[in-house]
Amino acid sequence: MLKKTNLGKFISIGLASIVAFGLACSGEKLGQGGNSGSNSGGTMRLQGSGASFPKPIYEKWVNEFGKINPNIRIDYQATGSGAGQKALLAKTADFGASDDPMSDEDLKNAGGDILHIPTVLGAVVLTYNLEGVKEPLKLSAQTISDIYLGSIRKWNDQRLKTDNPTLNLPDAEILPVYRADSSGTSAVFTDFLSKTVPEWMEKVGMNKQPSWVTGVGVGAKGNDGVMGQVKQTPNSIGYVELTFAKENNLPAAQIKNKAGEFVEASLESVSAAAAASVAQMSDDLRTQITNADGTGVYPISSYTYILVYKEQPDTVKGKALADFLWWAIHDGEKYVEELHYSRLPADVRKRVEGKINSMASGGKPLRQ
Amino acid sequence: MMVQNSIPTLERFGFGFLIGSEWRPAQEEFGALPFIYGTLVSSLIALVLAVPVSLGIAIFLVEQAPQKIARPIAFMIELLAAIPSVVYGLWGIFVLAPFIRNHLGVFLQDYLGWLPFFQGRLTGIGMLTAGIILAIMIMPIITAVVRDVLEAVPSTQREAALALGATNWETTTIVLGNAASGIAGAVVLGLGRAIGETMAVTMVIGNSPQISTSLFEPANTIASLLAANFAEATDRIYLSALIEIGLVLFLVTFVVNALAKLLILSVTRGNSRTA
Repeated sequence: MLKKTNLGKFISIGLASIVAFGLACSGEKLGQGGNSGSNSGGTMRLQGSGASFPKPIYEKWVNEFGKINPNIRIDYQATGSGAGQKALLAKTADFGASDDPMSDEDLKNAGGDILHIPTVLGAVVLTYNLEGVKEPLKLSAQTISDIYLGSIRKWNDQRLKTDNPTLNLPDAEILPVYRADSSGTSAVFTDFLSKTVPEWMEKVGMNKQPSWVTGVGVGAKGNDGVMGQVKQTPNSIGYVELTFAKENNLPAAQIKNKAGEFVEASLESVSAAAAASVAQMSDDLRTQITNADGTGVYPISSYTYILVYKEQPDTVKGKALADFLWWAIHDGEKYVEELHYSRLPADVRKRVEGKINSMASGGKPLRQ
Repeated sequence: MMVQNSIPTLERFGFGFLIGSEWRPAQEEFGALPFIYGTLVSSLIALVLAVPVSLGIAIFLVEQAPQKIARPIAFMIELLAAIPSVVYGLWGIFVLAPFIRNHLGVFLQDYLGWLPFFQGRLTGIGMLTAGIILAIMIMPIITAVVRDVLEAVPSTQREAALALGATNWETTTIVLGNAASGIAGAVVLGLGRAIGETMAVTMVIGNSPQISTSLFEPANTIASLLAANFAEATDRIYLSALIEIGLVLFLVTFVVNALAKLLILSVTRGNSRTA
């Protein structure tokens, strides 16, 4: 009997706290939505959601920007590129973030012009857990594709040995790790392989959530999930954003580029890929820069975007958002390198400035 | 509402959704069978492992252990039930998976390797790991409920049995017999949690939609699929498929619970006849 009453008490406390939480949330929403609330309430809040690929740099930016503008609070949630696009379209977030550009169809149905603001460049690296292998592994698009399609099953496969004559590759089965959730990182990775390997194009293709070959490898959720899996499992290989590999002290393979060199992912090699692709960038700044031409280019590089509506419903919040974006691509750039991302090429930044200046509310431009 | 939202896939795939074994969102092919299989098998492993242990602990706490020991142990077990599943998942990746890869799995393959369940390569990630994590997660719940049920059996029964010259063990079996329906309820509760667990499973099961007899191979469950993908599903048909598989989860839970209830009914009836 005593147990029962205890249980009852727990339940009622639980219910009470849920109700209280609900009230608090709805109260916040009211304050957030109303113009007057955000003007007079002291701090204004901006909500962003999307890609996990740029999460470290966005968190840094939000933090530093908050120090300069204590009355503006920005929350960034790394929910994933797809979720970021969805949140922006559903207007539950003030800005979305995505690694791969939105599709023409989504843009058409968005109910307003959406601007793609490239913020930084990053790289997807192949990281691996091979005991006793000290020098970086060398991989080509073909061998990566073979590993993920299951035709290379062991580390001492002749095809891997040919590219890595000096490495002592073990006679062990390879465990490929991939992203189980829909992700911009997968999109960049499969975009590169689709451009370079016809067999990949045919069997898997380019997708945020490609159909992996059944029976080959395991899936994990998020960049950190893949990271954890690779770190924990000997003889595994996985693809993650460069930052995640660096911060976990895991090796990154050198990838063969279009010019035939094996290139390590670095600030320079990613910038080189961006510079080589500036000419192909369309007017709306949507572009893919995998497998770029030129020497010294890291072939699995990508822009990452912040997505905003050109026409902002709320003048004050819109202004804060435009200011934040402006700050990010100027003053914010000094934080980019320490987190292993690359800056925008100068001409691209010029074009991004134009885009930010075109943000408006009620017909008036937000930045003067 | 769920039915309404899953109409696109219901219309397009019909019954094939349930028996299809390919899940390829990119090609818009959806078959739920590997997930149903994964859900059932992982939960079954969890029950097989957790029920005997939970029963043992509960019996020990109620019938054998002195109050001084029983209280703190019971408290600690209830505390285990409050650990968030992500923590179990992390523990699974960092402790359990390497343990299975280096010790348990090797042991099983050495001695039981001829069974189809224990063949294939050992990665530490897969159905067995998920099942063991689930077992650890549902154990505290089952233990706590069984303990309460056993405590609810009037002590006069125990006294009567002892007075009639029954041994300690015989007394315990009588108490268990009387508590059977409550114990079964506890098991169903644990099963419910095992079927519906998301994060911890996602982190250790390998998320690969395949049906393999080997317990070392990666698999996936419905709940884990939903946890990993629902937030990101942008496309209409994909969203519809996920909602429909949610419906399937309802159905699976319903059928499993109904079967469990039937089982309990037959067991308790048998008991009252022999008693």
